[in-house]
Amino acid sequence: MSIFGVVVLPNTSAALKTEKTLQNAGLDIKAIPTPREFSNDCGIAIRFQWGDELQVRQILGDGAIEFTGIYRMR
Amino acid sequence: MQNYHGARRQITLIYLDNAATSWPKPPQVAESMNRYMNICGGNPGRSGHKLSLEAGRVVYETRELVAELFSSPDPLRVILTNNATHALNIAIKGILKPGDKVVTTAVEHNSVMRPLRALESCGVEVVIAPCSTDGALDMSAFQNAVSSGAKLAVVNHASNVTGTLQDISKATEIAHKAGALILIDAAQAAGVMPINMQKMGIDLLAFTGHKGPLGPQGTGGLVIGENVDTSVMSTIMEGGTGSRSDSERQPEDLPDKYEAGTPNGVGIAGLGAGIKFVLDQGVDDIHRHYMELFRLIVDGLTSIPRVRVYGTKDAKNSVAVVSFTVDGLRVSDIGLRLDEEYEIMARVGLHCAPAAHRTASTFPEGTVRFAPGIFTTPSDIEQAIEAVRNIAQS
Repeated sequence: MSIFGVVVLPNTSAALKTEKTLQNAGLDIKAIPTPREFSNDCGIAIRFQWGDELQVRQILGDGAIEFTGIYRMR
Repeated sequence: MQNYHGARRQITLIYLDNAATSWPKPPQVAESMNRYMNICGGNPGRSGHKLSLEAGRVVYETRELVAELFSSPDPLRVILTNNATHALNIAIKGILKPGDKVVTTAVEHNSVMRPLRALESCGVEVVIAPCSTDGALDMSAFQNAVSSGAKLAVVNHASNVTGTLQDISKATEIAHKAGALILIDAAQAAGVMPINMQKMGIDLLAFTGHKGPLGPQGTGGLVIGENVDTSVMSTIMEGGTGSRSDSERQPEDLPDKYEAGTPNGVGIAGLGAGIKFVLDQGVDDIHRHYMELFRLIVDGLTSIPRVRVYGTKDAKNSVAVVSFTVDGLRVSDIGLRLDEEYEIMARVGLHCAPAAHRTASTFPEGTVRFAPGIFTTPSDIEQAIEAVRNIAQS
């Protein structure tokens, strides 16, 4: 079973910016409805392969994208 | 510009009212709106399903295009609004509180003057820096006014009456030295000439979507520079944003803080297509096109006896908006004859800018205004000039 990570963001615009930024970096990601256990912040979160966590954190930091949290999910 | 003329519709009329709203639009604008209505469909930012996401992406891409048009780095600091007036109100009423001082110019549109006058009655001090009859801001008077404790300066980039441009880089430098923020009303400048918020030092820029950016009516935006602390800039409207839905307080995150309620998604889709067209054509090339048309209008009108042209005659210091009168004729009669006898659409009167007309000494009669668009040809201008010549001689 794949292990995913999820980036939770404060709003949809930030989520779509994150989607685009990670996509442009060539990562395997998907915009999904935010799992309720993580946040009520925004309807959309960005799911990624948990193995890419460090790269995701690096890209978000480089792009100065403010996120609410990065969580591991099954 | 030859490539624009080919795209023009088969129309016989000559539309010179682009300062009120640009027309025609590139066909991509309506196509994008049609696609949004029929294919995207969802509420951008309210749900997580495919149609909502697709709508959200269209809106986000428009934010990116706006940021690119004005060389502003962060699309999340692009607040999409109904028009420039809405954007100006968000900035002016968000920043100014009773006891604050604001400085503006003597050529502002009522979209700036009316919110300022409303605040004046609530204890905000409003100072108007004078301009020459051509409409150019008196920079030393502006400096004096701003330097005595102003919190905000509001400056018109290009006049909707005379087209005259202000030296925005100089104005931002003066404002920043005095510790004031500066808000630029770019309603007439956006999309028709290069605007670089970072290089010019603009803190906040308000624009409308339906003029130079070639989008539909009901669109516009406020671009907030990186150095503006929005935690002390209040909201003029609160409501649902699709974010932080567990709280009954308006979120502080941008752009949501200033975008309560479902946005004009279909309009924003059209705005994105309009800006993309502008960027694809090249803002510098578009600016040259407008300068050429400005020169043709000014040279043509000034060659006609009894015609008075207002504002600067120098294309480098103006957008392609030209106001004129004919001695002995009412402007409303000129407008009617242009429309009925020559199929030329121009706007006459005060153009919602009594201050600018007072500065140009054309208040209260007003002027006839020629404002060509991206699809206007030199031949259109020649015909319009001949029409004015005939009317002036009759």
